Amino acid sequence: MITKEEVEHVGWLARIEIDEKESDAYAEKLNSVLDYFGQLDEVDTEGVEPTYHVADIVNVFRKDEVTESMSQEDVLANTENKQEGNFKSPRIM
Amino acid sequence: MVYENPDGIRIGLEVHVQLNKLNTKLFCGCSTDYHDSEPNTHVCPICLGLPGSLPVLNERAVEFAIKIGLALNCSIVEQTQFHRKNYYYPDLPKNFQTTQYDYPIAAEGKIIIEGEDGEHNVGITRAHIEEDPARLQHMGTIDKSKGTLINYNRSGMTLIEIVSEPDMRSPKEARRYLEKLRSILDYLGVFDGDLEGAMKADANVSVFWGERVEIKNISSFKGVERALLYEIMRQKNQIRRGGEIVMETRHFDEARGVTISMRTKEDEQDYRYFPEPDLVPMRVADWVPKVRETLPELPDAKRARFMEEYSLGETHARALTTEIKVANFFEEVAKKVDPKDAAVWVSDILKGELNYRELSIDAFTVEDMVAVVELVTANKITEKSAVDVIRTVLDDGGKPQEIVEKKGLLKVEDDIVATAVDEAIAENPEAVADYLGGKEKSLNFIVGKVMQKTKGRADAREAREKVLAKLNE
Repeated sequence: MITKEEVEHVGWLARIEIDEKESDAYAEKLNSVLDYFGQLDEVDTEGVEPTYHVADIVNVFRKDEVTESMSQEDVLANTENKQEGNFKSPRIM
Repeated sequence: MVYENPDGIRIGLEVHVQLNKLNTKLFCGCSTDYHDSEPNTHVCPICLGLPGSLPVLNERAVEFAIKIGLALNCSIVEQTQFHRKNYYYPDLPKNFQTTQYDYPIAAEGKIIIEGEDGEHNVGITRAHIEEDPARLQHMGTIDKSKGTLINYNRSGMTLIEIVSEPDMRSPKEARRYLEKLRSILDYLGVFDGDLEGAMKADANVSVFWGERVEIKNISSFKGVERALLYEIMRQKNQIRRGGEIVMETRHFDEARGVTISMRTKEDEQDYRYFPEPDLVPMRVADWVPKVRETLPELPDAKRARFMEEYSLGETHARALTTEIKVANFFEEVAKKVDPKDAAVWVSDILKGELNYRELSIDAFTVEDMVAVVELVTANKITEKSAVDVIRTVLDDGGKPQEIVEKKGLLKVEDDIVATAVDEAIAENPEAVADYLGGKEKSLNFIVGKVMQKTKGRADAREAREKVLAKLNE
């Protein structure tokens, strides 16, 4: 069971503001999603290795060779908040 | 002598080492050579976390990680993978850090440090690969900040996080551990320790075998020692006043030299680690023998060899093997002159002069060092003059021979003195006769003539002895 407090906590972790009314509603919805996935618990997975990746490949590497970076102009093209070549954000601690 | 550790101090360190000797970042081909560059000029869609970009792992970064693991006497894991550590902070634009979690590439090693009571083992819990976040620069003061500037050049650089066991029993041992670690990494050629951000440490410390407190944000080796000294004092005071030590994270304020509690709202479980779906697992166990072959002779082995091969004392051998460049420099010099002389001049004199000027050994050549040592050991210049020559080379440039000539530092050679003695005796038969007749003062007259002939560069006492010897023949 997901509680209202857990919804608020998860909201905080994602930096999303969730008010009283919303947290009740989200808790209910999330619980129904969890119940749905709960059906998977009925499957017997005794002795089955966890699957982290669906493709059965290992060791994909690249050589340590430099490729071109973007121009500073392109890097900052999607923001209005910039200063002396930096991104500028509100004060964060 | 066994160190009793009367205050039950346990210190563990988490050290982040930036592999700045790689050409490219961990997951993209952006150059690592950003230190003197404009902000946000060494970035691409991958290290900016733009939608649709996919990371591809740098093969050499994995090799370096294995190399470090082996040098720290760790075992290398059979199969490993990356995880996402989720947190919301603009130093990583993807909102997660790609790191290792359940299978660090290396684990269960140890290194030997110079402890409070001689050689002391410090266990290495694990070493794993992760990406470095961006550099944030807060504008204005902390409480009146107008905003934060973000430069992603550092974002995506390869870090190796090395976690030690809480085996250090004093701040001094913590510093020695860091020095040893830096020395080993320097030998491996995986990083340039002088570059900004090359090595950073977090510390955890407890007293009287109690709860541990983590200290973050320590930027220098000296800072580690200072932060730990402060924190140990704070914990002891707290206990003496009847208080308790709670497990917490504190922040080191370098300017004030104090640690400050920082309330963290995120626990380990809040990072919601899960396997990185964009990177496939690595099976690198079969690389180990090959990488092991590339391991150089490490500081402990080199020190032992220097003591054996060149008959050096422990102190000299240690001083000469901390940095690989200094060790190589010494060995080159020792090929040409007596190794013991080489050790004295490189370790006791040259290193001191370099440190004083904040220069590295690159500022002096092997050839010049050999020249200086030869001049001294051939008795052509005094030790004092030799130091003068080294200082002049460092400050004004020039070759030792030239400097010796220009400054007139050559000691008067024995045969010049001998000739002057012979001449002085031959030219002053009266004085000789007077002396032989019992007039002691006449000796001074003859010695004075010798000094005149050598333009005062002969040693007066030496000249006197030589005249006496000649007269008593």
